[in-house]
Amino acid sequence: MDAAKSEIRIPNSEIDGTLVNIDEALRDSNIEDVLDELDRELVGLKPVKTRIREIASLLLVERLRKQLSLTTEPPTLHMSFTGHPGTGKTTVALRMANILQRLGYVRRGHLVVATRDDLVGQYVGHTAPKTKEIVKKAMGGVLFIDEAYYLYRPENERDYGQEAIEMLLRVMENQRDDLVVILAGYSERMDTFFQSNPGFRSRIAHHLSFPDYTPEELKAIAELMVSEQMYKFDDESRLAFSEYLQLRIKQPHFANARSVRNAIDRIKLRQANRLIRQGGIIPKEGLARIDAADIRQSRVFQGGLDTESAD
Amino acid sequence: MKVTQGTFSFLPDLTDEEIRKQVGYCLSNGWPVNVEFTDDPHPRNSYWEMWDFPMFDLTDAAAVMFEIDACREAHPNHYIKVNGYDVTRGRETVSLSFIVNRPKSEPGFRLIRQEAGGRSLNYTVQSYATDKPEGERYMD
Repeated sequence: MDAAKSEIRIPNSEIDGTLVNIDEALRDSNIEDVLDELDRELVGLKPVKTRIREIASLLLVERLRKQLSLTTEPPTLHMSFTGHPGTGKTTVALRMANILQRLGYVRRGHLVVATRDDLVGQYVGHTAPKTKEIVKKAMGGVLFIDEAYYLYRPENERDYGQEAIEMLLRVMENQRDDLVVILAGYSERMDTFFQSNPGFRSRIAHHLSFPDYTPEELKAIAELMVSEQMYKFDDESRLAFSEYLQLRIKQPHFANARSVRNAIDRIKLRQANRLIRQGGIIPKEGLARIDAADIRQSRVFQGGLDTESAD
Repeated sequence: MKVTQGTFSFLPDLTDEEIRKQVGYCLSNGWPVNVEFTDDPHPRNSYWEMWDFPMFDLTDAAAVMFEIDACREAHPNHYIKVNGYDVTRGRETVSLSFIVNRPKSEPGFRLIRQEAGGRSLNYTVQSYATDKPEGERYMD
């Protein structure tokens, strides 16, 4: 895009003739770096990445508009992330905090992760100070509420969760400049949560749903994790791992990337065990290589669940 | 008579933006911050009431500003101060303390002379405001 093209004319009689340099604004915010990093480091998640790009563009344009006093209301930035376990909700939330900070919508860009336990008290009068403390910690950054639907327990009408919800709603409305709230959880349960708390739905501008990873993507994630930890698969173990994945996906409690990470942790354990039992003098490469045997020992291959006690 | 206690007290009262920056300075040093209030202006009064809880692990001054505003709303005619504690010395050490709110009118202090033995005099000061009981001072 050449410079002349990027300067757009805004049809408004008051500021007619003012030129806006979008390229420069984009460069100043360094937003492309974060977005590229997101593309590079996170496997898959196509719809989420597209959505984040859209949000980032919207916010950048919104900021330019503000500079030219074309807007008065600050945009609502609260979001909901829905998806199955291990689909990268927390990781993306971290990046989101970074993006929002670079665009100047939050001052610090830190992420505070909270669950029901951090927000809801045990007895009367305990909830408000707890919620307030978490909210205060998150000010200037992003408050990420994991498994937000646990806040609302319709079966117990004296549950203190309602109090936390009301406080959060008030903060989301009145302190929009100070913090951004991201609610996260599994899709179906979040839907019922929003149905019973319409106040939340209307205060949330962006609903992002995280798709499950395909087996191919999971394999790519495994490769990435393994190489990050300075291990490597050989051809046989790569095959073994892909067979492992196919079996594991069909089993209950499959948690996408989290299951992959746990599997790799257990594979490392077995590899270390094998090396110690084997003893002797081995080349450096032996410490990094994952053997097919390390993977095939898993109980998943015998139709059981791969857990800590599997070895 | 303007009470001068703590840092910046000889300057004009800080604006909210200046307070926010000072609190930001405390937080950037890793100091926990708390808010205290009183209606006893005596300079030797070290027992101010604490507003809410001391605030640990904050990142941004907005949270402290939120509490200052809440305290001002509850006690518009009290002295309110912000303290920053440096915990690195192993004990709670006030590193920065400044007044962020004061009553609309400060009547000042009466000088009391007490005639003691011989021709000596003992001097002390007493605030005109403290003639009234706690909570009823500065009510106008």
